[in-house]
Amino acid sequence: MIGRPAHSRSGADIFQVRIHGRGGQGVVTAAEILSVAAFLEGDHAQAFPSFGSERMGAPVIAFCRLDDKEIRLREPVMSPDALIVQDPTLLHQVDLFSGLDTRGYLLINTTRRYRDLGLGDYVTKFPPHHICTVAASEWAVEFIGKPLPNAAMLGAFAAITRRVKLDSVQEAIRQKFPGELGDKNAAAAGKAYNTIRTN
Amino acid sequence: MLKQMEGSHAVAEAIALCRPEVICAYPITPQTHIVERLSELVQEGEIGNCQYINVESEFAALSVAIGASAAGARAYTATSSQGLLFMTEAVYNAAGLGLPIVMTIGNRAIGAPINIWNDHSDSMAMRDAGWIQLYAETNQDAIDLHIQAFRLAEQLSVPVMVCEDGFILTHAYERVDMPDRNQVQAYLPPFEPVQILDPEDPVTIGAMVGPEAFAEVRYLSHHKHLQAVEVIPELAAEFAKIFGRDSGGLIQPYRSEDAETVVVALGSVVGTIRDVVDELREDGVSIGAVKVISFRPFPMLALRGALANAKRVIVVEKAFADGLGGIAVGSVRMALRGLTTPIYTIIAGLGGRPITKAALLDAFGAAVRDEIDDPLFLDLNWNVIDTELARAKEKRRSGPIAENVLRDLGLVGGKPV
Amino acid sequence: MAQKIKFYQTGTLTVGNRLLDAENRSVQSTVDRSNSLTSGHRACQGCGEALGARYVVDTAMREADKKLLAVNATGCLEVFSTPYPESSWQVAWMHSLFGNAPAVATGVAAALRAKGRSEVRVLAQGGDGGTVDIGFGCLSGMFERNDDVLYVCYDNEAYMNTGVQRSGSTPATARTATTPTKGGSKGNVFGQGKNAPQIAMAHDIPYVATASVADLHDLENKVTKAMGMHGARYIHVNVPCPLGWGSQPCETVRLARLASETGLFPLFEAEDGIVTSVTKIRRRMPVEDYLRPQRRFAHLFKPKPDVEALAAIQAIADRNIRKYGLLD
Repeated sequence: MIGRPAHSRSGADIFQVRIHGRGGQGVVTAAEILSVAAFLEGDHAQAFPSFGSERMGAPVIAFCRLDDKEIRLREPVMSPDALIVQDPTLLHQVDLFSGLDTRGYLLINTTRRYRDLGLGDYVTKFPPHHICTVAASEWAVEFIGKPLPNAAMLGAFAAITRRVKLDSVQEAIRQKFPGELGDKNAAAAGKAYNTIRTN
Repeated sequence: MLKQMEGSHAVAEAIALCRPEVICAYPITPQTHIVERLSELVQEGEIGNCQYINVESEFAALSVAIGASAAGARAYTATSSQGLLFMTEAVYNAAGLGLPIVMTIGNRAIGAPINIWNDHSDSMAMRDAGWIQLYAETNQDAIDLHIQAFRLAEQLSVPVMVCEDGFILTHAYERVDMPDRNQVQAYLPPFEPVQILDPEDPVTIGAMVGPEAFAEVRYLSHHKHLQAVEVIPELAAEFAKIFGRDSGGLIQPYRSEDAETVVVALGSVVGTIRDVVDELREDGVSIGAVKVISFRPFPMLALRGALANAKRVIVVEKAFADGLGGIAVGSVRMALRGLTTPIYTIIAGLGGRPITKAALLDAFGAAVRDEIDDPLFLDLNWNVIDTELARAKEKRRSGPIAENVLRDLGLVGGKPV
Repeated sequence: MAQKIKFYQTGTLTVGNRLLDAENRSVQSTVDRSNSLTSGHRACQGCGEALGARYVVDTAMREADKKLLAVNATGCLEVFSTPYPESSWQVAWMHSLFGNAPAVATGVAAALRAKGRSEVRVLAQGGDGGTVDIGFGCLSGMFERNDDVLYVCYDNEAYMNTGVQRSGSTPATARTATTPTKGGSKGNVFGQGKNAPQIAMAHDIPYVATASVADLHDLENKVTKAMGMHGARYIHVNVPCPLGWGSQPCETVRLARLASETGLFPLFEAEDGIVTSVTKIRRRMPVEDYLRPQRRFAHLFKPKPDVEALAAIQAIADRNIRKYGLLD
């Protein structure tokens, strides 16, 4: 097997996602669901947690890589193409934006404005259609009855990155949560997706 | 069937396909999801009349497997880290008795300091316990190696550990091709023990053996490992025929045939190394890699063949011997004995420290110029070490090292404060 | 028509088979006994453990219709029965480690369950070190899961195989290699050691019994009863050790009898955690009579009697007698 293998890394197709949140918010589950959504579209995907101790409320990070080729890399996502912030109270506690290129995507679960979050200047560096705030917790309460923002954040992710289809996200959600819970979460994802697409 | 699933669950499903008759379970991170999923599969009746035994310790887990195997049942257990050390006595015993138990190791560091993250200190500590050790690079590997492990174990009547990196593989969701039941059935016949506790034909298993015969019994165990060197590639070839994919074997070269520099490694880090090799190749560096799948038995001739033309060899490993350096590198040197090839060791990924492409690019670059420290501890924070050494020099009662280091880093619970 | 005979009328408490009805005779007296632990093994002269194991395994074999698998902890019984290249076991037998016999037996039982071989029974055996000390975690686990294993502990009250060191079953004041009596020290201290049968009962397992090589009919009966049940069962057998106790080989059975007749080793049965029967003391003996023939207690009598220690040991015996109602 001399020479370039079929799955050379020369292309820049790999898409890397980092999700920040707190224990109990379904951060790791979100990365897993995203990987399943990509898988359903025939892509390769690799999701993994930051491997901390699992405690409610503690900061949690999860990663997801998407590619049309086999993913061999095992390092944590250090330069994400998209950053999902499930809990805005982390904004000034951990080094949230580390490695995020301003050509990338930024999604924050909040009902506040960037200025009120102290990000007024920072977000101006991004293309406007690469950033969004998502009222994910509110929609989660509305649809699921609990402030579990992960499904809505994935709907928003599908909307702004167009890296996966909403259908795939919703199907992945239903696979993870069979029955009514899956339908409710899928509805929250749909709400986020449609809200962003219409805005 | 292609599935996107967690590594632990993939392994559990593969184990279920292998039709174990007794599974012993004791929780320890990061292996736990495997036995959790297996408990569901047993409950759901997916594994026939399989007996799932919740035990009180890892020592008991392997001991139950020993009893089950001696009574003719296909026996399985899984563990990690401290759990593997806690069962050490039984690990040696299972091999000494020649019982074909298969055990998954979700590789994890050994404390103190207590650490739940990945490295290879646990399975490396058991490298000479008489078990065959196979290391998985991906979750697909982990599935395939487990299926081959049962076949290998039972063919030679020797226990097999399948080692997969804790969290990095066990907790990763990725695509796997799950074999179907018929394929596994065709590949793995029912367990035909060479020795069995049978009331109709009573034998004594585990008799005391004195100086007059101990060496012979031990040699026969060595002989099994020599046989395994032959059998492992045969089983991989047969696997390819039935499952339609190359998996297993002793080693797997990657762009190494013409390479001046060849990197040798085990486990999931090989994936990252492949990416690094490709990048360096694009820059014109003559570099390749060899994945060691079977660490015990160590593939002396195969590896010597794969490294024969290399101008230098780099061994990347996730464990080390204090005061000495790498562990796997000793076996690599043995394979290359008589040759003058420089062999460098990179010790990386200890206690879950990420092994980054950037760090490997730097380190391999230095090695290619023969300017690398040997052994090189990848990404070591020398400030922290120098500070602690100075503190210890200054004051007799300098305190617990782990706490001091965390304070110096301003870390509590792994997060900056 | 045979009359009802009590064993002491036969002049012996151990055999007396010739005077008994055929159905009351011991397994050991029958010509078709399995001889599972056959002759030629290397136990010391007067070994209580060899005697006890022979009765236990043959009885278990009869009750299992010879479909028995035996697991053995490391210890005297294992070492004296299987010196390479010989084995005294005429039963399928395995030894793994010192501390894991109960778990290995669990595994054997699980394999039989998986294979649907419910007619094959499992016996596990160990000494007091392998049972109450190093194997105790595994034993408790086996009890708590109620695995289908009969576990028999042969208690000779110290680590005899390694040269008589103290175990968690060594009685107070006993001299062992690690509880010496030199320099005025008084051997093993009071207030230590564990009561394995009581702890076994606390697991609420179907059957717990104590037995003695002084009453081999009773030992056989208890094994028979245990084999008639399923789940985790435990029999704790008092087996004097001439080497470790410093006694005459010919005194083994007498010492075992004295251990019970003084109240120091009460004989009882318990089902589901409740005592269901006790063997009454026929002729109560003072503890001194039991202690004096054993060199491990010699310091209690020489150079002058240690009145305080003897009284404390008598108090232990008296307490057992009250606790179990050992006197009519």
